[in-house]
Amino acid sequence: MIDKTVQSMADAMAGIKDGSTVLLAGFGSVGQPNALIDGLIEQGAKDLTVAANNAGSGHVGLARLMELGRVRKIVCSFPRSSDPVVFETLYRAGKIELEIVPQGTIAERIRAAGAGVPAFFTATGVGTKMAVGKEHREIDGRTYILENALYGDVGLVEAWEADRWGNLTYKLAGRNFNPIVAMASKLTIVQTQHVVGLGDIHPDHVHTPGIFVDRVLHIPYGDPGGF
Amino acid sequence: MSDSAFTPFNRVQMAQRAAADIPEGWYVNLGIGIPTLVADHVPLDREVIFHSENGILGMGPAPAKDAIEPWLINAGKQYITLRQGGSICHHADSFAMIRGGHLDLCVLGAFQVADNGDIANWATSENDTAPAVGGAMDLAAGAKRLWVIMDHTTKDGTSKLVNKCSYPLTAESCVKRVYTNLATLDVTDRGFVVLGMAPGLTLENLQARTDAKLHLPA
Repeated sequence: MIDKTVQSMADAMAGIKDGSTVLLAGFGSVGQPNALIDGLIEQGAKDLTVAANNAGSGHVGLARLMELGRVRKIVCSFPRSSDPVVFETLYRAGKIELEIVPQGTIAERIRAAGAGVPAFFTATGVGTKMAVGKEHREIDGRTYILENALYGDVGLVEAWEADRWGNLTYKLAGRNFNPIVAMASKLTIVQTQHVVGLGDIHPDHVHTPGIFVDRVLHIPYGDPGGF
Repeated sequence: MSDSAFTPFNRVQMAQRAAADIPEGWYVNLGIGIPTLVADHVPLDREVIFHSENGILGMGPAPAKDAIEPWLINAGKQYITLRQGGSICHHADSFAMIRGGHLDLCVLGAFQVADNGDIANWATSENDTAPAVGGAMDLAAGAKRLWVIMDHTTKDGTSKLVNKCSYPLTAESCVKRVYTNLATLDVTDRGFVVLGMAPGLTLENLQARTDAKLHLPA
């Protein structure tokens, strides 16, 4: 019997290695797997590359992970969230590397990784400093730049519902990066608000099929709040 | 040159002017700042579908304080409502709507717009230590048309309509129309064409406040 549910945070985080690339879903705090980030802090992996839309807020979650010196590099579109004090301090001190990526390009790079597309051409960023050093190609009269897929060794996801096969649903704006992070990561770890029986999610209503999911931990986290 | 009395448009009037030009049926993404106000001036019976890049299509007005849905925010991380017929998708699909040319219109703020349609709206220096681009480059390059709403000049009177952007570009040759507190202008092959001006303003006075050459409609 397949059962992707795990019973403890330690089991959920087992085997995450130093030097891993971690894809972190969430937009604002909606659909952000906060418990798993705390689990990663506890687990201890270091020298991480973290890809997320923002670079953390306040002194909790991703900001805490960075403050502990565990993140070598941040890949994000918008490092200035509501309270980016930790990121800005580390960045000014030269203690963290930053790769700024347009939000649509970061989303498509993650999706491409999940779909087995190693790179793609896009018009986004042409003529800007994002294009410096990238391969340019003219296709049907328009110029594009080449962007590489962004693979995760580990993906952290927050779902609304999950079953033991790892089929997932998300709630409203909590979907955001979660489905593509699940697709693009070698080890996809899910915290879910609800664990439901196999078959309880109507096949038409599965947002992420279980093939993209490795581990499911039941965390009835409650509503998001505080951005 | 005498500076005859004129009344600049205020923020709400700038938003109203843009809103009046959006026809029913368009799919529209609004940037933060004055562009966000545009939605307030599109009557609900004119069905315009607003997109927010975090996977929201059919965004409605802000909720009443006692009716907040904590799982519904927009790209500016404000609580929103969904209109009947609204839908949710993931980030890559949401940006496929943008990058795939499915949005009829995007309205953004800007630091500078050049008369060839270049826009600079994300960083004020090449050396900005950690600039935040968000979805601006995708929207500017991807939407079918890009309009900009911004003040005509900076606070110290420097023109924001320029021959060439001095700030880092967001995208090249994509702005189609600019609504400022002084005028409405189209960006054409000839450069900026003045469609309308604030009450009492003359073309001569507008040109005096504008670095780029202004043209009248053909």
